[in-house]
Amino acid sequence: MKALALFSKDWNSELRTRYAINALAMFILVTISVILFSIGTEKISGYLTGGLLWVVIFFSAMSGLSRAFVSEEERGTTLTLQLIAAPATIYSGKLLFNLLLVFLMNIFITTLYSLLFESFVIENFTLFVISFFFGNIGIAVSSTIIAAIISKASSKGTLYPVLSFPILLPLILTLLELTKFSIDGDTISDAFVEIAVLVCYDVIMLTASYLLFDFIWKD
Amino acid sequence: MTNYSLSLNNVQKVFGRRLIFKNINLTLTTGRVYGLSGRNGSGKSTLAKIIAGITSTTSGKIEHTLNGKEIKPEKLHDHLGFVSPYLVLYDEFTALENLEFFTKIRGNKFDKDNAEKLLEDFQLGDRGNDELRGYSSGMKQRMKFIFALMHSPQLLILDEPTSNLDEAGKSIVYSTIKNKLSDNLVIIASNESSDLALCDEIIEIEKYK
Repeated sequence: MKALALFSKDWNSELRTRYAINALAMFILVTISVILFSIGTEKISGYLTGGLLWVVIFFSAMSGLSRAFVSEEERGTTLTLQLIAAPATIYSGKLLFNLLLVFLMNIFITTLYSLLFESFVIENFTLFVISFFFGNIGIAVSSTIIAAIISKASSKGTLYPVLSFPILLPLILTLLELTKFSIDGDTISDAFVEIAVLVCYDVIMLTASYLLFDFIWKD
Repeated sequence: MTNYSLSLNNVQKVFGRRLIFKNINLTLTTGRVYGLSGRNGSGKSTLAKIIAGITSTTSGKIEHTLNGKEIKPEKLHDHLGFVSPYLVLYDEFTALENLEFFTKIRGNKFDKDNAEKLLEDFQLGDRGNDELRGYSSGMKQRMKFIFALMHSPQLLILDEPTSNLDEAGKSIVYSTIKNKLSDNLVIIASNESSDLALCDEIIEIEKYK
């Protein structure tokens, strides 16, 4: 319930300022347009379109998800949050907000992508939805803890993608593999190992984040 | 009356190579107002933040107890009110929305009547539905007091409590400390002689260099 109060505050604040939503929407539209223009009339394979989808998702996450903590630091409200709630509550609230943002953002990207790229055809939709679900959780969990780490740094903009890349790389590689399976129409049992890796990644990142956050949050 | 006590044992803080203070051994108890005094940069605000659990010590231990039972660090925010120039509330929300958020994140039910009464007490009763971005610096300072008092904490840490306040604002703050916080443990970090005049005991921070 306490985390929900923070989530609700962040969501209402976002609806009023529209900082992350506007930045993300513009980024997604520009990136997909650039890909469309650069491909032109060329025929590209389903695998390549699947790969490009996760590239768009990765960079969109980089442009919007750091706001969770950076906006508090820039406005000077970090101290206020430190005074009113335990670190675990703060992390949970911010994670809930980023989860919602990631799911909304990635549903928008995938829908737009399916409409604009003919070669992006998913044969096994259930497998794609499973990987999409756990993949989004992984992106939100990792991005939230990285945002907390970089929020106190002076060069936040540079540090965020630099820190995110090695942490998100195993996740993105697994998601690329699972998207390939989904395009090929492979069964869930064929992709069992990759799904297990994805779930393990989420569990490990979530546990590590809760353990680390206390140290990151305190000066 | 609740019995809140705070003990600092060999508290030391070092930033890089700079020693801020060392060997602070103090016991502070309910019903008294303590002043932290010292020139600018002497470590008053740092000690206030350490007591509030926001900044860690380099060495030493701080123990908060309520009726003889130690308060766990993750529960400290329920017992603590803090006012500081560094404290910033949410400008995009109204005063009442801010107070509702602060209440709910503490896991309490929002009592609008109580919030409105506090706003009245600090002469902000007619501005409760205005966004804080439209407040003057003095009004924001009064809001910080409401933020600090609304959950009825036993420990109040007031870092430069009267900064940005006019005479009317100062008088509200002083009367609140004298009349409404007599059962609390209050720590005032300030150089203002009028702020320190409220204190039962003054702690000179520079003694601990």
